[in-house]
Amino acid sequence: MHTSLALLLELGVILVGLSVLGAAARRWSFSPVPLYLLAGLALGNGGIAPVPAAGAFVEVGASIGVVLLLLTLGLEFNTAELTHSLRRHVPSAALDLVLNATPGLIAGWLLGLPWPGVLALAGATWVSSSGIISRLLGDLRRLGNRETPAVLAILVMEDFAMAMYLPVLVVLASGGSWWQALIGVVIAIASVTAAFTASHRWGHHVNRWLAHPDDEQLMLRVLGTTLVVAALAELVSVSAAVGAFLVGLTLTGATAERARAVLAPLRDLFAAAFFLAIGFAVSPAQLLPALPAASALALAGILTKIATGWYAARRDGIAPRGRLRAGTALIARGEFSIVIMSLAGATSPELGPVVTAYVLLLATIGPLITRWSSDWLSPRRPRGLKSS
Amino acid sequence: MDVNEVLLPGVGLRYEFTNADGDRIGIVARREGNFEVIRYAADDPDEAQPLFRLTTAEADTVAEILGAPRIAERFADLTREVPGLSAGQVVVPAASAHAGKPLGHTRARTRTGASIVAIVRGEDVIASPMPEEVLWAGDVLVVIGTHDGINGVRRIIEA
Repeated sequence: MHTSLALLLELGVILVGLSVLGAAARRWSFSPVPLYLLAGLALGNGGIAPVPAAGAFVEVGASIGVVLLLLTLGLEFNTAELTHSLRRHVPSAALDLVLNATPGLIAGWLLGLPWPGVLALAGATWVSSSGIISRLLGDLRRLGNRETPAVLAILVMEDFAMAMYLPVLVVLASGGSWWQALIGVVIAIASVTAAFTASHRWGHHVNRWLAHPDDEQLMLRVLGTTLVVAALAELVSVSAAVGAFLVGLTLTGATAERARAVLAPLRDLFAAAFFLAIGFAVSPAQLLPALPAASALALAGILTKIATGWYAARRDGIAPRGRLRAGTALIARGEFSIVIMSLAGATSPELGPVVTAYVLLLATIGPLITRWSSDWLSPRRPRGLKSS
Repeated sequence: MDVNEVLLPGVGLRYEFTNADGDRIGIVARREGNFEVIRYAADDPDEAQPLFRLTTAEADTVAEILGAPRIAERFADLTREVPGLSAGQVVVPAASAHAGKPLGHTRARTRTGASIVAIVRGEDVIASPMPEEVLWAGDVLVVIGTHDGINGVRRIIEA
């Protein structure tokens, strides 16, 4: 009984603490992700208040958190939106990849990481946080702006590219020779294609079984299926996260929408556990030495994302101020940089502190720059409903 | 009226149109079901000036206030259940031979098989109108039937 008492108490205090942090973050339309990471740092090894009893729960919760993060990413996915984005913004997405992955590649090489680590760092600097950014655009009332479709198109294509990138990364990170990696890559791409085909051709059967009219049944079925598939994926060393992503891709239409709604609270809880666990794993003493590298990467990441957004918005015929707004909107990195780091973490332990510091910086500074960019850019117009 | 539709990946849709005063108006329809209404300034057409937001329930109410099209839409929901059945709207033109005459005179159902289930007149809705109900120019008839039937009613009324 004693241990369970400690667990309940610690967990309760942690959740209340996170809610306070989250409320503060929302108040200034920040992302709570960096605050959760900081909380993890403070509570973990070498932190100010270790929590031995809740630690075990957080570790278990973290692995469910990754699964749910990737499942909801897959659920967000809509083939029509992807093809629409592909039609207009393939060059923008290519520029996004080249400009933003390069700093990570160079930094990884300079830090002397093994090459799966280099690839992971490149991925972490490449992918913007679609979660943070779409929320931010809503909060800042920018969804109606003309540059917003370009921003969202880039996010959709990045998320789609994750479907190829994550399996490849996992195979490479699990070690093995060139040919094993190559076979793994082929298997990964084949399974993503198979998931797409399956969702296209037999999706309605899967949907029919999963789409129980009762919300509780829906939640249990989707969650259960996802965990089983995730476990099977882990068994054939494709990583649970990728398995969950594939389940998310298979679900479409109204079922996906309802599943998103019923899973959202669960995802929030377990994703919080995931970010805490990342914080636990990094000790604050490791973070300081990683700070110069992370700051340099963050600075490069700000500039390259601004260039990406500038280019994409220009393709849509947006004026310079809108181009800058698009560029600044893309800066935030978040949950997926962390997921990428956790998938490759085993091969290169140096990666953890760098990526954590990098995300801490950009998940905080990114939204701030986005927010301030409107004010810098149009000082003459007061916010509100003034007519022109 | 020309309504421009823009896909917002992961968020929803944006509709855009210019009203008679020359204001460029936008409506963002979020996937979650809420709406945001915005206006574009003449000097910077890229940046939206937020006007107001509506929840799903508020948007439904506003749509009801704004009028007739929603009524046809509701019938459309109903007709989706029956294959081949659809709902349409027919406006009674001022030049119509039936303006000022009772509904029964059109003999619409006998001739086309489609039923006129409501008449929208200004702010009023006459649900299941009787044959003796007199039609006025500008009335909007809500018609349910097959596609051919609805087109038949349109031909009769517009004749």
